[in-house]
Amino acid sequence: MLIIGGGIVGASLAAGMAGRGAKVCVLDGGDTDLRAARANFGLVWVQSKGHDMPAYGRWTRQSADLWPDFSEELADRTGFDLQLSQKGGLSFCVGEEELEQKRSRIARLHNQREPWSADIHVLERAELEALLPGVRLGAKVAGASFCPQDGDCDPLALLRALHATLAFQNVALHRDTKAERIARENGVFRVGTAKGAFAAPRLILAAGHGSRELAPQVGLAAPIRAQRGQILVTERMQSFLPYTGDTIRQTGDGTVMIGATHEDVGFDLGTTADGGAELARHATEVFPDLAQAKLVRTWAGLRVLTPDGCPLYAESETHEGAALVTCHSGVTLAAAHARLLAPALLAGRLGEAFAPFGPARFGKGDDVSQAA
Amino acid sequence: MMFRKPPEAAAGLITAYVQGRPVQVNAGESAAAAAMLAGLVATRYSPVSGAPRAPYCMMGICFECLMVIDGIASRQACLVPVQEGMRIEPQDGRRSLAP
Ligand SMILES: Cc1cc2nc3c(=O)[nH]c(=O)nc-3n(C[C@H](O)[C@H](O)[C@H](O)COP(=O)(O)OP(=O)(O)OC[C@H]3O[C@@H](n4cnc5c(N)ncnc54)[C@H](O)[C@@H]3O)c2cc1C
Ligand code: FES
Repeated sequence: MLIIGGGIVGASLAAGMAGRGAKVCVLDGGDTDLRAARANFGLVWVQSKGHDMPAYGRWTRQSADLWPDFSEELADRTGFDLQLSQKGGLSFCVGEEELEQKRSRIARLHNQREPWSADIHVLERAELEALLPGVRLGAKVAGASFCPQDGDCDPLALLRALHATLAFQNVALHRDTKAERIARENGVFRVGTAKGAFAAPRLILAAGHGSRELAPQVGLAAPIRAQRGQILVTERMQSFLPYTGDTIRQTGDGTVMIGATHEDVGFDLGTTADGGAELARHATEVFPDLAQAKLVRTWAGLRVLTPDGCPLYAESETHEGAALVTCHSGVTLAAAHARLLAPALLAGRLGEAFAPFGPARFGKGDDVSQAA
Repeated sequence: MMFRKPPEAAAGLITAYVQGRPVQVNAGESAAAAAMLAGLVATRYSPVSGAPRAPYCMMGICFECLMVIDGIASRQACLVPVQEGMRIEPQDGRRSLAP
């Protein structure tokens, strides 16, 4: 099995497949690539997923439930502490209107009667205050939504642990080895790179933004676009936020991460003063005392988004043995990708369970390239 | 005492408070200098290891001199000119959220 892309998605799949005895080889690009796995917020985030696609909500919850065991296995094998914490997650609402919107979104979700979402609920300001004793909330904080299954981890530790696991499993991870063209001869895929050709009977595209160009070469379409997210990081502070949050979270080291913007700026990876100011404003509206905290870092990453934001798992009809895996929440889904998707892809038929994530929902191929 | 002021610098003395103890400093000197003159060996304790640290470069590069000055944490004491009545405290590990 040849996997193109060694980010969180490709490495999770490779580890999952190698763990089931498959012979796996991974080609990964270089540091100048657009690499979301090195720029993300580190959430294992359930509460906002799949409101318009119940299967995605279920799948996300399944992954969150697998995460503790997944992370423990990686830690045991590699010694990396992924700093997984799953005490629940808060989505802060500034202003009554935001809380009202959140309330009706959750009510709609509960109307779908999906067991995975039963625990998600709205906290009034007083309930939020009770949850965070001794922490001053901004005057405009109306409340938050809470989901007990939400969590976070150190996403760089995750990536390093996955790569270390691959070494342990004797999976060759070729860095700086960009797949340039893919051809198929006599049922074997030949992938051309500057370091020579790699051949395998089966192929998975997991190259993030790099999949867009590669997919048509194996009869697939990757209708993905980029959306920029900027993140701010403060100095280390005494622990005050035991729960994670989708816009503000505190790492095990004490730094506070504030994120992320949603900007449609093509492939521009820059950070901007406006973006940073928007994040800082939100953070200080929620926790006014953060105004004193020193910022130590800021960066931007480009989300890999399908038209509906849900994962796309596609097997090629014209090039048997080739498949595409792309998603936005690669950290959240890492456990499910390694434990459930990898074996399904190995079996060579994704089947009914994965049908909602197929390409059919985007219509014909040419519409799809337009969307991209 | 490890640090001594040059003798010609006696003019324009002001008083700052290092850990509550008054210390006479020349106007224009830094809070880090005041802390060292007061005999403070550790001006902060590392938020990672807890190790005692002290000003090192005295020119704003190394961030070893972070202190709590007039109630504001994580200030680079070597870059802050001393003011009359300034309160200079060592910073013990991670700063707190509340001031
Ligand atoms: C700002 C931001 C915040 C985010 N926050 C979260 C979060 O909190 N939780 C969460 O679950 N997800 C989050 N994500 C999403 C998460 O980072 C991605 O889902 C995940 O990184 C996608 O992994 P990937 O492996 O598909 O892509 P990437 O990490 O982009 O990896 C693709 C890899 O493919 C390689 N590659 C590209 N082209 C080629 C080629 N031609 N040949 C060989 N190799 C190639 C690249 O070098 C790269 O290593 C966030 C993303 C962003 C941008
Ligand atoms: S002593 Fe180096 S920055 Fe202050």
